[in-house]
Amino acid sequence: MAAPWPSLRLVAPIWNRSTRGIHHLGGAVDPESNQKKRRTMLQYLSDYFYDVESLRGYFLQNEMDKVHQKNRFRDKEWIRPDKYGHFSQEFWNFSEVPVEAVDASDCVINYEGLENLHLLKELQSLSLQRCPHMDDWCLSRLYPLADSLLELSLAGCPRISERGLACLHHLQNLRRLDISNLPSVSNPGLTQILVEEMLPNCKVVGVDLAEGLKLGPEEQPQDTDRPVPA
Amino acid sequence: MLPRVLSFGVRRGPLTRRPGTLRGGFSLDWEEKLSEIKKKIQSVLPGKPLHPLYDSSYLPPDHSDVVIVGGGVLGLSVAYWLKKLEKQRGALRVLVVERDLTYSQASSALSLGGIHQQFSLPENIHLSLFSASFLRNINEHLAVVDAPPLDLQFNPLGYLWLASEKDAAAMENNVKVQRQEGAKVCLMSPDQLRNKFPWINTEGVALASYGMEDEGWFDPWCLLQGLRRKVQSMGVLFCQGEVTRFVSSTDRMLTKNHKEVKLKRIYEVHVKMDNSLEYQPVECAIVINAAGAWSAQIAALAGIGKGPPDTLQGTKLPVEPRKRYVYVWHCPQGPGLESPLVADTSGTYFRREGLGSNYLGGRSPTEEEEPDPGNLEVDHDFFQDKVWPHLAQRVPAFETLKVQNAWAGYYDYNTFDQNGVVGPHPLVVNMFFATGFSGHGLQQAPGVGRAVAEMILEGRFQTINLDSFLFSRFYLGEKIQEDNII
Repeated sequence: MAAPWPSLRLVAPIWNRSTRGIHHLGGAVDPESNQKKRRTMLQYLSDYFYDVESLRGYFLQNEMDKVHQKNRFRDKEWIRPDKYGHFSQEFWNFSEVPVEAVDASDCVINYEGLENLHLLKELQSLSLQRCPHMDDWCLSRLYPLADSLLELSLAGCPRISERGLACLHHLQNLRRLDISNLPSVSNPGLTQILVEEMLPNCKVVGVDLAEGLKLGPEEQPQDTDRPVPA
Repeated sequence: MLPRVLSFGVRRGPLTRRPGTLRGGFSLDWEEKLSEIKKKIQSVLPGKPLHPLYDSSYLPPDHSDVVIVGGGVLGLSVAYWLKKLEKQRGALRVLVVERDLTYSQASSALSLGGIHQQFSLPENIHLSLFSASFLRNINEHLAVVDAPPLDLQFNPLGYLWLASEKDAAAMENNVKVQRQEGAKVCLMSPDQLRNKFPWINTEGVALASYGMEDEGWFDPWCLLQGLRRKVQSMGVLFCQGEVTRFVSSTDRMLTKNHKEVKLKRIYEVHVKMDNSLEYQPVECAIVINAAGAWSAQIAALAGIGKGPPDTLQGTKLPVEPRKRYVYVWHCPQGPGLESPLVADTSGTYFRREGLGSNYLGGRSPTEEEEPDPGNLEVDHDFFQDKVWPHLAQRVPAFETLKVQNAWAGYYDYNTFDQNGVVGPHPLVVNMFFATGFSGHGLQQAPGVGRAVAEMILEGRFQTINLDSFLFSRFYLGEKIQEDNII
């Protein structure tokens, strides 16, 4: 299924720059006057000579191919198993491509398995939602991803407690941390505040700070005073 | 019916006087037959008391293959691994004798519960790594049918050791050894320290080593109860009592140089009951000394150290109880959730406890300041004079702390080289030691337990080679000094 947050692109499309390049035939960015002159001459030539036109078309095609190569993950960014649980063989063609995001939700990954993530030096987003074997020991294994990890989601993992969350302080580049629905955390509100203090640049989501708080007697809503009921 | 059947066969035998039996008119053979029958029934139904007149279920059994003196975490770990590694199910009968089943003075229960791999000896590093993986998979190792899983409350935040200028080179060497043996430790400069932990005052710190994985602290009581539960389910017997005597047989043997050596073998252990003069002699094949701070007394009972000094017979077990204090304080502005267990250059250490800004810590006193180990009373002046100044100097926020609680516990301190004693004694052939760990016994207990069990069952150390921890080093004078002790 699609990830809950917008998918990340591997590379932003460089369409405009390259088309300008086409018109200059690979030249650098020029001031406007040159652009107009060049354009008109080339345009003029290609209007009159079929070979120039086809040459231009050939170079355009080359540049387009390069752009498509760079944008080839635009529609299929996430490599997912098919309905039988098999990954397609195309996966092996992508061995040099750095992996940016891993969605391991509901997986039975454990302490030994997390060692495999250490090789992903450019991992930016990791989702470990509802993993039944993720516990505090496993969280202490995430520190090698500190340089690149921007997003981490631990929602719904039954074994993670506040002691494991404390060792996320190594992940200084983290910008978004999801710690909702952690049943083993003893005091979710206080934990959220302490984790926010620990990771000042990170947005920590998932805990409703008002949960567990009860209204005191003097804070009861004074609806009886209103002349017109809400 | 049984007596009538017997009387049939015996009626024709000579009628002789016999010393009091319950029934009249039988031959002397009757008593022997009765005890034989009792033995047969006992071997079929082990553990059932066979005294028809009085209840003796609180007494230990008459025979046991292995008697473990001391029911703390080391003794239970040895019992666990013995039962785990025995070749056939039920091959070994193990008895654990513990003087105080409430563990009120036991070092295991009063411990801070830390585990780290930052040692200078490779054997210590391996023991800690083994124990860390044991604790990580504790619910596979210590699973008992129908019992809830154990929650060790492990906090994986690591240890941070600070070193001054003169210790920096030694620390770098140690970290190299630790990394070689597989521990994940990183070195930090004072600037990096300030970046990561802004609440530290790095004055006087030249280098710091920070454990990244498999280090932290946990609940020792949970480990103790988990081991106890598992070990009882495996068939180990427990007994509350004190070992007062070892009865041993002696073999006189000649060395190559025709010098006489007396090898002793303990064949009976006298276990005395609490508040009573009653004792039970337990026949045994192997005795394991895991008595912690009181191991020296047990060793003296076996005759270890009784002899002229500077001989093997005269080498005592150099383990003595040393009192250590732990203080609990509250400091709302103190280090945050990410603070590791910090061990300062002065020997002061502290760690955070829970979410509520409470901290635990203490300091090992120097040789001159050693408190009297006669009781477990806490000296609060020690905190005021010797601990707080160092804490406040290292973490300025601790100037405004408030002590909430304190307790004291014993280290089974090895005065020789502060490392454990593992393995058999050269002269008392069937006494094995698992003691003397001077403050890091809890974190090495699973590894040491396995080593002792392997020594007993296989005759040598298989998983981790602890040959340098044998007793003979006290006689030969080979110290294996461990530097990183708090």
